[in-house]
Amino acid sequence: MKTLKIEDLSKNFGTTEVLKKINLDIDEGNFLVLLGPSGCGKSTLLNIIAGLETINEGNVYIDDYNVSKVEPKDRNIAMVFQSYALYPSMNVKENITFGLKQAKTSKEKIEEQLKKISSFLQVEELLNRKPSQLSGGQRQRVAIGRALVREPRIFLFDEPLSNLDAKLRVEMRREIKKLHQTLKTTVVYVTHDQTEAMSLGTKIAIMNHGVIQQNDTPEIIYNKPSNTFVADFIGSPSMNLIKGKIIKKSDQISFLGENSNNDIQIPINNYNFDKKIELDNKEVYFGIRPEHIYYKKSNEADFEIKLKADLSEYIGHEQIITFNYSNQEILAKFPSTVKIEINKEMNLYFDLSQISLFDKNSKERI
Amino acid sequence: MLKFLEKNLPKVVLAPAVGLISWFVYGFILWTFYISFTNSKILPKYELWGVGQYFKLWASRKWLIAVDNLLVFTALFLIFCIVIGIILAIFLDQKIRAEGVLRTIYLYPMALSFIVTGTAWKWILNPSLGIQKMFIDWGFENFTFDWLVNREMAIYTIVIAGVWQSAGFVMALFLAGLRSVEDEIVKAAKIDGAGLFTVYWKILIPMMRPVFFTSFVILVHISIKSYDLVVALTQGGPGISTTMPAMYMTQTAFHKSQVGLSAASAMMMFMAVAAVIIPYLYSELRREHAS
Amino acid sequence: MQANVSTSSYKQLEQKSKIRNMFLRWFLYFVLILFASYFIFPLYVMVVTSLKTMEEIRQGTLLTWPSALNFESWAVAWGGRGYGAGDTFLRPYFWNSIKMVVPAVFFSTFIGAMTGYVLTKWRFKGDQWVFLFLLFGCFIPFQAILLPMARTLGVLGISNSILGLVVVHIVYGIPFTTLFFRNYYVSVPTELVKAARIDGAGFFKIFFKILLPISAPIIVVTVIWQFTQIWNDFLFGSTFSFGEAAPIQVALNNMVLSSTSVKEYNVDMASAIIAGIPTLIVYVLAGKYFIKGLTSGAVKG
Repeated sequence: MKTLKIEDLSKNFGTTEVLKKINLDIDEGNFLVLLGPSGCGKSTLLNIIAGLETINEGNVYIDDYNVSKVEPKDRNIAMVFQSYALYPSMNVKENITFGLKQAKTSKEKIEEQLKKISSFLQVEELLNRKPSQLSGGQRQRVAIGRALVREPRIFLFDEPLSNLDAKLRVEMRREIKKLHQTLKTTVVYVTHDQTEAMSLGTKIAIMNHGVIQQNDTPEIIYNKPSNTFVADFIGSPSMNLIKGKIIKKSDQISFLGENSNNDIQIPINNYNFDKKIELDNKEVYFGIRPEHIYYKKSNEADFEIKLKADLSEYIGHEQIITFNYSNQEILAKFPSTVKIEINKEMNLYFDLSQISLFDKNSKERI
Repeated sequence: MLKFLEKNLPKVVLAPAVGLISWFVYGFILWTFYISFTNSKILPKYELWGVGQYFKLWASRKWLIAVDNLLVFTALFLIFCIVIGIILAIFLDQKIRAEGVLRTIYLYPMALSFIVTGTAWKWILNPSLGIQKMFIDWGFENFTFDWLVNREMAIYTIVIAGVWQSAGFVMALFLAGLRSVEDEIVKAAKIDGAGLFTVYWKILIPMMRPVFFTSFVILVHISIKSYDLVVALTQGGPGISTTMPAMYMTQTAFHKSQVGLSAASAMMMFMAVAAVIIPYLYSELRREHAS
Repeated sequence: MQANVSTSSYKQLEQKSKIRNMFLRWFLYFVLILFASYFIFPLYVMVVTSLKTMEEIRQGTLLTWPSALNFESWAVAWGGRGYGAGDTFLRPYFWNSIKMVVPAVFFSTFIGAMTGYVLTKWRFKGDQWVFLFLLFGCFIPFQAILLPMARTLGVLGISNSILGLVVVHIVYGIPFTTLFFRNYYVSVPTELVKAARIDGAGFFKIFFKILLPISAPIIVVTVIWQFTQIWNDFLFGSTFSFGEAAPIQVALNNMVLSSTSVKEYNVDMASAIIAGIPTLIVYVLAGKYFIKGLTSGAVKG
């Protein structure tokens, strides 16, 4: 039984199609992140799961019950909002217990839950304060407390860290992760920040223009992105995508960059092609992450190539060097201790076990 | 000279406004204040007389009736305007189809003068040709609605007309207030299981404290100044049953030639307004400083 | 707390809530329309009564539609019956009000704009107090200044004149216009002014070339407010003028109160409408902007 199942879900706002036949499911205890740029439909999807938005087509199931037309309060979900949405005229205690009171929970049970949650989240001292008297981090804990206290089946988070400054964001992110590990709750979490998604999620569903681009574990998404959008969205800096074509000569398969005047061909014999397709002269994107380009040989299969360094950016613990291959840019990430000479060629080693190839027209992984 | 002007141009530009207000507001109020302690009759006398006028004032039956009317009117005016304003605002907040039209209808009375309002309602409440006749002609033979000429009830006609004029404005204030609440709070409440009524009663309305405050201040202010409406609707009558402090002040000054007494009544009105405005301004300032 | 709602019973729930929602919706519209009638009723009655003859008025009720659209009372209200002395009609007083309103609105708005400009873009120590000082004028009951003003106008020789009323309205309009412009200019970024000063623009140039062009919204709000206040004023008009120099509200009140011979209710109603039309038109045309401006300031305090 899946805790959450979304079946052929479509949603329009007027004539705009915001969600196009979405299919998604999540097992109990998993942390699913809905990741994507603004306007991709992730918040709309979250609101639909919560019951705050209507559906045009399709169904939503929670624990195998079709909740598509059920009120939010009957769906056994709880939500933490971007602005926390704490009730300003009530104090922390009233905020946390409001939902329980609405459900006509007994006074004893309310007290019990309140005590449990407020000590767990360490907000006991704040119970009599109003939201305006709390710091950003405290407000988030109260918002989480308000959600936790109802012991829902699914927790929904709508970009809860977006309003925080960078340092607080990292702190609160870890608190959320710890919470999930302790409570093992099922979570659906919306964000546009790929670092957040990668660090928090057990599964990530990347969305763009109302369509799920890929739904996998962070590792697979990182190493085997299913299209160029995912490849480009994840990773900082994102995956290098070099335009070119595949050349097949007997059983030698290699990649040649687009603007090459007999540039070096990169052998890709061991690449695991997804389907059986016509390879020779196929136009593709060659994808390799900056982290997988080394300055000295690390594995047997590494491909040695001499490229000229054009630009170097120092970021503290590492540096990002821009190289030139076939008149296209390739970025590489090295520790900042490595000395790089600009405008000089140097030996680079491509980790061929970590490359991706994408069809130039469909942008899909091949 | 030119250099001085240049350097102080802002202050020079400010001078007319500040000068005019100092003279015509503060100066004049001080003058009235002073005169209220003299025994001026037709013309102001400048020799101080003590608090005699104030004693005379509070011993005057007419003044006491005026103050009583003001209290009754203000209380009812406030209550009805705010209650009706909130109800209309909440109802209009429900994504009504004809919202724009309805809003225009509720608000247009504000554009009219109190004289026009008074004239219209005087006609409507006319005992022989107005509402009373309407109901009688419809078959309710024993229907009476002669409040306008009834000493006891006339004050309530002023409430009806006043609320008609001002409730829409209160509605506009509350509607703007309700709409300024971010919808995540309503969403959170829905998830918490709050029904529509609870959302308004327990969450949104308590958030409207500043709007309550503002409405209260503006309505009290309108009420204390209420002169035009009374003149047009009842002329303070029947008899003096609907007279108000503002009327008393004008009548004693210009018809009864009791300038000192009139000044005293004007000062009482001023102090009543100050008692409401000053705490309000003070708390607003404190809030602005805190944020 | 489980979502333990079986399919059949939650279809029932769905039905019940659908019916409840429909009922609530109908109730909503009913109440809103009820109140709408309360608000429209007087306007309807005024218009309808002004179009009837006195016969029809006596025979029918407030709501009865006139048998024919009889504009005679409008003509009488506006231009009188030509009986000569003793016949009050609105036309001259309408023009008095126009002559009074136009300069008063213009000058009070202009002074308010300049004052608001100085108080927000040319800050100096104590400017908050100056603003409060001026703001106070919004709240005073005018009874506190009627007596000295009457005397002053007399001394200046402009009592019982349109000019006198213009002066009064300009002076007591300043606190309001200053409030509007100050609150508006406060949210205009100072960088605009700083950039202009670096470019060498002086005090007046900055005002006319930079602030004024973006002041349209607040000018609309201020002008509408001032126009409405001044056109609708009765207190100042009746205290400081009488007879020929009176503004329209005073004239209206006199017409309605004078009980020479028979009361002509249709003429009264026509007069009231005529007196109310200018502000009503302004409201219908520009009311949206006005309310937006007013409520945004009030909600923030």
